Amino acid sequence: MIPVHSAANRRNGRTENRKNRRFSYAAFRHHIGGLRSAGVRFALGYAVLFWVSAVMFLSVIWWGTAGLLERQVEASVSADARALSERWTDGGLSALALTIEDRLEDNVDDDALYLLVDPHGQRVAGNLSAWPGDVAMSGVWYQLTIRRAGSRGIAEVQAFDLPSGYRLLVGRDVRGRTNLRRLLTDTLLWAWVVITILTLVGALLVRNMFRRMISSIARTTSAIAHGDMGRRMNVSGRGDELDEVAEAINEMLDRIARLMDGVKQVSNAIAHDLRTPITRARTQLEYAALHAPDEAALRMAIENGVNDLDNITTVFEALLRIAQIEAGSRRSAFASFDLVTVLQDIVELYEPVAEEQEIRVVPRMPERISFYGDRSMIQQAISNLLDNAIKFSPHGGTITVSAAIGPDLSHDGKSPGQATTIAVTDEGMGMSEADLDRASERFFRADSARNTPGSGLGLSLVQAIVQLHGGILQFVRRSPGLSVEMQLPISGKSKEAPETDMKQDSQSSHHQDRSVMIQPHI
Amino acid sequence: MRILLVEDDPTVRSFVAKGLTETGHLVEQADNGKDGLFLAVSEKFDVIILDRMLPGGIDGLRILETLRAQSNATPVLILSALADVDDRVAGLKSGSDDYLTKPFAFSELLARVEALGRRGRNEAAPQTKLEVGGLEMDLLSRSVRRDGQKIDLQPREFRLLEFLMRHAGQVVTRTMLLEGVWDYHFDPQTNVIDVHVSRLRQKVDKPFSQPLIQTVRNSGYMLRAD
Repeated sequence: MIPVHSAANRRNGRTENRKNRRFSYAAFRHHIGGLRSAGVRFALGYAVLFWVSAVMFLSVIWWGTAGLLERQVEASVSADARALSERWTDGGLSALALTIEDRLEDNVDDDALYLLVDPHGQRVAGNLSAWPGDVAMSGVWYQLTIRRAGSRGIAEVQAFDLPSGYRLLVGRDVRGRTNLRRLLTDTLLWAWVVITILTLVGALLVRNMFRRMISSIARTTSAIAHGDMGRRMNVSGRGDELDEVAEAINEMLDRIARLMDGVKQVSNAIAHDLRTPITRARTQLEYAALHAPDEAALRMAIENGVNDLDNITTVFEALLRIAQIEAGSRRSAFASFDLVTVLQDIVELYEPVAEEQEIRVVPRMPERISFYGDRSMIQQAISNLLDNAIKFSPHGGTITVSAAIGPDLSHDGKSPGQATTIAVTDEGMGMSEADLDRASERFFRADSARNTPGSGLGLSLVQAIVQLHGGILQFVRRSPGLSVEMQLPISGKSKEAPETDMKQDSQSSHHQDRSVMIQPHI
Repeated sequence: MRILLVEDDPTVRSFVAKGLTETGHLVEQADNGKDGLFLAVSEKFDVIILDRMLPGGIDGLRILETLRAQSNATPVLILSALADVDDRVAGLKSGSDDYLTKPFAFSELLARVEALGRRGRNEAAPQTKLEVGGLEMDLLSRSVRRDGQKIDLQPREFRLLEFLMRHAGQVVTRTMLLEGVWDYHFDPQTNVIDVHVSRLRQKVDKPFSQPLIQTVRNSGYMLRAD
């Protein structure tokens, strides 16, 4: 049958296509690493989908057209046979033979085949010389190669049994139709070749498009991976998915840069500021080992050394704690608590120390402020502030610890939340404008404070804690003295740390006139 | 007391073991998790000192969890270089009674170990009355008397004295006071605790001939009647 021919053709086509694809694999692999490349997979997916649907489409056309031709032949043969058998019934053998001869004469296309044989197989009428041996059963379609008038042809025939042993063969020479079918097949095959080429071109285009989209991301990220942290993604401004990805990556990079800055600061701090106490301890111990006049002196030196080491540990822990808080990884301990109780407890803890220096600590706060945050950290922040205030207060001075609820200024009016402002105000020597700028830097100590004990990390820690709670830390100069204010949003539950970072940045300009705002370091 | 010390660092181990032995304790040592677990489950100790990170596949927390799963209530002190608040919480959650971070002062460790050993012994009966020397504390009426004379204390002073009396005869460090009386888990830079103790002394000791609250150099305080 004809489909055999076409199937062979298709198989040829497939090998050809596979060759093509193998070739393009090699090219792809050469470019961006074969199937591991998402661009190639994307393009291949596109190509396969397009190609398969085109082939299905062509197949449907092929089967539709070729099948229609076949069905037409079968329908006309059946109609013919029915008409002839009616003739037999009406007029007997002679009428039938006559009709067959008439039909053959009328047949312009010369494609009709008839053969009427008697019970002995002798031809009675028709244009075939003898009953073909292959045709044994009636009512079944046979395909024959026939030799007729000197030329070979292909015919579709069916046999019919007539009464009293006569048999009738009706068929069509389908040579012309076969030619038509071949023409159709060729056309479709050519269409298929063109489609395959289009598919490959399309796949290449898709891959290139994909690569163009990805390459800017890849270029930037690999530049960053090689150490160029200043690079950022280009944002086209179209607001499409690529822009979203680019913005997300840029945000991530900003955060990473801030964290890296923090790490750098800590390591610098360790390198420079821990060296001093370590050197001091080392020198002391070494000197004692070499020159201590008696055991008591040696003991004394060792004890001093241990104290120095303890101080180093304290500084070290404070540094780590600040770094950890700034990394924003400590929101796990957040819970609701009453801020006023916490404040009162700390005031009570420090009151005796203050009283020793005749300093009054005056609490000014409402009955209750319910707050969501890390209790232990808030305690530590307030304790650091109060500690500082006591250190820098003159004898007989007053320290005010106040807490109040007000509108949250750090929200920019977007979602008018509430914030609590905790302020610790002393009447000490205060700080100069220049010192205020650096007040919460790690290890920064104003010149006037060199002689008081402390590590210079207290305010850095407060700053980190305030930032963790999404608040802002500000210093307001009084005459005399200094007021340190922590403004903490009360509805901190739903807020995320990075968001608050940005808010703080945008806020800083608003308050520049009356106080110094501390920019987050991280 | 019989103390089990599980610690892999030989210097720290021998230092702690020596210090504890010198103060009259019996110390068993293990330098890895496997031996530590074996000793902890097979013998009876008053206190177990457990390093968190141990070689041998079984770390301190695993030992602790295994002990607690067998309803072994021996007081456990975790000794760890993991100083993070979360680590501390993890340690206490898995059933430890105290948590001390490295580096530590031996006096701090000793004070805490002795407090733990004491607690293990007299936890049975809830007390309503504490008495040290002539000092009496009624926990129900929240009143304090010394030699029959009433002493008026602020609520916080009462709790400070109560803590000292509960640990009478033992060294109590500043950190222990800060944790036990104020529930603060950070180190205030100034000598706040000293000032509170000296205030308490004014009321408890000054009017009387014999001082009860004593300062232990380099460690902390001790309430003792001798």
